Amino acid sequence: MTDSKYFTTTKKGEIFELKAELNSDKKEKKKEAVKKVIASMTVGKDVSALFPDVVNCMQTDNLELKKLVYLYLMNYAKSQPDMAIMAVNTFVKDCEDPNPLIRALAVRTMGCIRVDKITEYLCEPLRKCLKDEDPYVRKTAAVCVAKLHDINAQLVEDQGFLDTLKDLISDSNPMVVANAVAALSEIAESHPSSNLLDLNPQSINKLLTALNECTEWGQIFILDCLANYTPKDDREAQSICERVTPRLSHANSAVVLSAVKVLMKFMEMLSKDLDYYGTLLKKLAPPLVTLLSAEPELQYVALRNINLIVQKRPEILKHEMKVFFVKYNDPIYVKLEKLDIMIRLASQANIAQVLAELKEYATEVDVDFVRKAVRAIGRCAIKVEQSAERCVSTLLDLIQTKVNYVVQEAIVVIKDIFRKYPNKYESVIATLCENLDSLDEPEARAAMIWIVGEYAERIDNADELLESFLEGFHDESTQVQLQLLTAIVKLFLKKPTETQELVQQVLSLATQDSDNPDLRDRGYIYWRLLSTDPVAAKEVVLAEKPLISEETDLIEPTLLDELICYIGTLASVYHKPPSAFVEGGRGVVHKSLPPRTASSESTESPETAPAGAPSGEQPDVIPTQGDLLGDLLNLDLGPPVGGPPLTTSSVQMGAVDLLGGGLDSLIGGPNFVAPPAATVPPNLGTSMGSGLSDLFDLTSGVGTLSGSYVAPKAVWLPAMKAKGLEISGTFTRQVGSISMDLQLTNKALQVMTDFAIQFNRNSFGLAPAAPLQVHAPLSPNQTVEISLPLNTVGSVMKMEPLNNLQVAVKNNIDVFYFSTLYPLHILFVEDGKMDRQMFLATWKDIPNENEAQFQIRDCSLNAEAVSSRLQSSNIFTVAKRNVEGQDMLYQSLKLTNGIWVLAELRIQPGNPSFTLSLKCRAPEVSQHVYQAYETILKN
Amino acid sequence: MIHSLFLINSSGDIFLEKHWKSVVSRSVCDYFFEAQERATEAENVPPVIPTPHHYLLSVYRHKIFFVAVIQTEVPPLFVIEFLHRVVDTFQDYFGVCSEPVIKDNVVVVYEVLEEMLDNGFPLATESNILKELIKPPTILRTVVNTITGSTNVGDQLPTGQLSVVPWRRTGVKYTNNEAYFDVIEEIDAIIDKSGSTITAEIQGVIDACVKLTGMPDLTLSFMNPRLLDDVSFHPCVRFKRWESERILSFIPPDGNFRLLSYHVSAQNLVAIPVYVKHSISFRDSSSLGRFEITVGPKQTMGKTIEGVMVTSQMPKGVLNMSLAPSQGTHTFDPVTKMLSWDVGKINPQKLPSLKGTMSLQAGASKPDENPTINLQFKIQQLAISGLKVNRLDMYGEKYKPFKGIKYMTKAGKFQVRT
Repeated sequence: MTDSKYFTTTKKGEIFELKAELNSDKKEKKKEAVKKVIASMTVGKDVSALFPDVVNCMQTDNLELKKLVYLYLMNYAKSQPDMAIMAVNTFVKDCEDPNPLIRALAVRTMGCIRVDKITEYLCEPLRKCLKDEDPYVRKTAAVCVAKLHDINAQLVEDQGFLDTLKDLISDSNPMVVANAVAALSEIAESHPSSNLLDLNPQSINKLLTALNECTEWGQIFILDCLANYTPKDDREAQSICERVTPRLSHANSAVVLSAVKVLMKFMEMLSKDLDYYGTLLKKLAPPLVTLLSAEPELQYVALRNINLIVQKRPEILKHEMKVFFVKYNDPIYVKLEKLDIMIRLASQANIAQVLAELKEYATEVDVDFVRKAVRAIGRCAIKVEQSAERCVSTLLDLIQTKVNYVVQEAIVVIKDIFRKYPNKYESVIATLCENLDSLDEPEARAAMIWIVGEYAERIDNADELLESFLEGFHDESTQVQLQLLTAIVKLFLKKPTETQELVQQVLSLATQDSDNPDLRDRGYIYWRLLSTDPVAAKEVVLAEKPLISEETDLIEPTLLDELICYIGTLASVYHKPPSAFVEGGRGVVHKSLPPRTASSESTESPETAPAGAPSGEQPDVIPTQGDLLGDLLNLDLGPPVGGPPLTTSSVQMGAVDLLGGGLDSLIGGPNFVAPPAATVPPNLGTSMGSGLSDLFDLTSGVGTLSGSYVAPKAVWLPAMKAKGLEISGTFTRQVGSISMDLQLTNKALQVMTDFAIQFNRNSFGLAPAAPLQVHAPLSPNQTVEISLPLNTVGSVMKMEPLNNLQVAVKNNIDVFYFSTLYPLHILFVEDGKMDRQMFLATWKDIPNENEAQFQIRDCSLNAEAVSSRLQSSNIFTVAKRNVEGQDMLYQSLKLTNGIWVLAELRIQPGNPSFTLSLKCRAPEVSQHVYQAYETILKN
Repeated sequence: MIHSLFLINSSGDIFLEKHWKSVVSRSVCDYFFEAQERATEAENVPPVIPTPHHYLLSVYRHKIFFVAVIQTEVPPLFVIEFLHRVVDTFQDYFGVCSEPVIKDNVVVVYEVLEEMLDNGFPLATESNILKELIKPPTILRTVVNTITGSTNVGDQLPTGQLSVVPWRRTGVKYTNNEAYFDVIEEIDAIIDKSGSTITAEIQGVIDACVKLTGMPDLTLSFMNPRLLDDVSFHPCVRFKRWESERILSFIPPDGNFRLLSYHVSAQNLVAIPVYVKHSISFRDSSSLGRFEITVGPKQTMGKTIEGVMVTSQMPKGVLNMSLAPSQGTHTFDPVTKMLSWDVGKINPQKLPSLKGTMSLQAGASKPDENPTINLQFKIQQLAISGLKVNRLDMYGEKYKPFKGIKYMTKAGKFQVRT
């Protein structure tokens, strides 16, 4: 007597048979029939045709039957909206039932029926249930608000349900509080700006009280909510920490990790001298260690989070190295994570133990793991200087095993060790050279070649070794080819007499016989360098390299701080901020750790950084309003108003110049040392002009003023997801018109035709100005390039992120969807230059809250180059002045929808970091404008 | 929150799907199958898989993948913990959690899942409460239901749901009142070639089976509570009492539950109850290798070691093994290269040993990797950490319950490197 009987109906007329049974007079038969229907539904069979018959069974006092019908309704109501209305009456009636279980069940089910017409009827019963005397009904109703919000957000706001929900945070029943918090958190996620969870010391207190009494799941919701609160001072932070600490002893690991998040975040506010700070640190270690004895899936998530925690506060787990030792039957994903943490915890005190372990791992079976273990030895050497020697000897031992992949991996890491400790371990080079023949992986070959080139003067037969690689030059991967080119040039500079032939051979291989632009470019540059000024070449090629350090694989501190706020979430598993991956970026708010506010530390600003905007030394950047006005009026302006500051900066043209000049001298350079007969590859020689203009096109934005910067094409839709159609593309703006440059590649086995494209509504109304024209059918392996003109008159809907564009592409096979982010600067219009007076007035007029500040790092351009480069992308410099050696550029730009953005760019000569302050009436665009600045200036 | 759940068997069929919000097409599982293909073994499928629009979080239990689909930022541990709870509930309801059993009880499964989550928010996950809402199927009940037309869905509001002790149902009655506690410790260890301990730690749990009438209030105290490094409690345990007095004070749930799990870490000295003497040698030129292992007791506090089982994954180069055990039985699977030796009890007077030869691939060089020996064993009446329960008292009820405490030590991941 099992449920499997429900599957054994006759094939023929299955639905018909069920229909008859559903309409039977016998209750028992009815119920059995509904069970059969549900059973079919669970395995994915379509039983929607039975809708009216099943709904007819709804009016019953048999609770099981009722529940079964509800189950069915939730699944199929959407496909039969008109029929679903039939059920409404019963729902409304059930919401009045004396049995709270039935009331709750009715309101719960109604919320799951995602049909607009039903939601109208839902409001009244829901309002009653939110105020029901029974907490079980209230807590169910709280979740129902979240459901309704998902279906119709406007309705929820209009009906005032959000306020009722907020009131429930003060409910007497902890479960109701927990569910209200959960519902509000979910709603807040789709409403980033709304201040739904308005946390203040009173509500925090209520939450902390509820925390002790509600279920484990409720505790997770409450803890995650607490983590968003910023205590006003260190005392409040401490008192919250004290009340959260008991959660570390919970059996549910998710509760533990959420508690860890709250503690890690609030700890930031506590002074390190405090006794409590030390106590807290000690309390954090045991629960984290315990998480590692849980099931492997839990371990994995825990390890990813511990990885963040040990980077932020290494002191917590510094004595716990042993728990990260790998057991041989751990799943591979756990092994790799443990290894990573072992390296992070490695220190002089425990390095011997760690190395012994790593050596043990290097003899395991799993190839991936062994490789990573060998790499780990190298990373230990770089991290703990005292251990470097021991690491090198361990690596040599491993090379002696002659296991192919171990040897290759070892050589790759020894190269890194050489870069960290130059001129220290060269004695091992001989051993490395013995293994030259067994290297078959590009990375290992490249590493070996680098070593030979770098220490060419100490290897007697360096030329022979490199020559042997040169024989199969064309079969090597690019990585190896580039490395070989550089190594031979180094060799030539060190031993010029014996290797002239070799260097010419490699230069001609690189420049003439290769299709790879990187390789050709590097070849030409070396060639030119060598031919014009060998001394300079020596300085460039043999320049002292910066030492590498272990920080290279640490997470960047600001990102780490942000990720600490996301402990326990997906973001912490991926080590990326949610904005980088959460679907559609629904309401992603950047979180930041609270600043330390202890009274003893006066250096830090007491105000909390508002979410998203990095706080900084604001007063320095923007002078007070009055000052700015005066200063600007007295400005000694370079270019007159109205005329764009045209500058032909040599820096800006540098890249092009170099190439052009290089080519020139290659063609007819009289000072070239022994140019080979066929210096100029025929294809380059004949089409010199077009070749150069091609180059300009590729790097447009550098050389041309007519169009803005164009990013290289990126793959938007991989072939795997679109039945063989690969789409890559980019956006351009040329003389006032925007277009989307697409490249369609057919990677399927059949011909593709009937292409069409459509955009979803988006923030700036981007829409195709013409249909997608693919003239001929696209045969397999064929690629076609299309430029699709766009306009901005389409319908507008605010997207998250703002520059998200959802695209549908159709062909004869199917319709495919993808979304892409367009760079905002394609929307900067040509008449975006603001009058100076106007600029001043507007700057003053926009409230200070709308100002956002950003740092542009690693940009080596000077002010003039910056302003002309920006101008080519329609960012206009309105005024420029020099204050205390810093260049201040005042700039304006206008978006296609008429939004003005005002900018102040501060450039300090010699400092590659610029400070950008943006003011705009629609502050949400600032972030994207900043990104546009970054893109334009860095490319 | 949790959007949908798919149950997938080892041959890749989706045999059950449940959606708590809108329906997510089962084609989303294709991403899971891709990942499954990449991972060589089912255990190695990564627990978090991103897809363009969703995230798939999975656990693998009883040869079934439980794959949860989420769409927004949800704490992954929350989802994984919940999935474990689903597995436990199935096991609790049906005795075993397997594909045929789930298929046989598909309607109950569906009803239970519906009660466990609402709109992706956990609703009722305590087995006590679930069983009040939906009665587990028993042969008797099925027969009675068929005859009388009654149902297995309770129509009362589950009483525990909203009381201060949500884990316990009210009106519990027993004729024999009894409370049993099992202290079970698992020892995880890595022992290196030379026999010294690299790392050792103890995971302990106290599982309880409490069948007491009414609302009993229990306290349990230890002789040596300071041993415990980290503890995780069942929600019923009053944390404040533990903090101040190191006493477990609680109103127990009815039936079986895990009262406490604890951890004794590598910081403390952990007694290692067994040792393994091994000599495994491959020679470069010869196609024969020698193999010998002996197992013996170390620190057992005078107790017998039972249920000893030795397994080892031999290197690929080993073609076959010809071994003779002094006791027990052994097998070697030439395909998977898995050697297992069921030793049984260890008699300290006559230590069990297994010796013989391995035949290796002729001409091949000696294997690179050394086999790791995996050990399983049990010791009754001993908690290896030395933890001892002092006393158990009951308040709040008048009757005198029958009390019992049992200790056991087992090997967890106990590995000896060679």
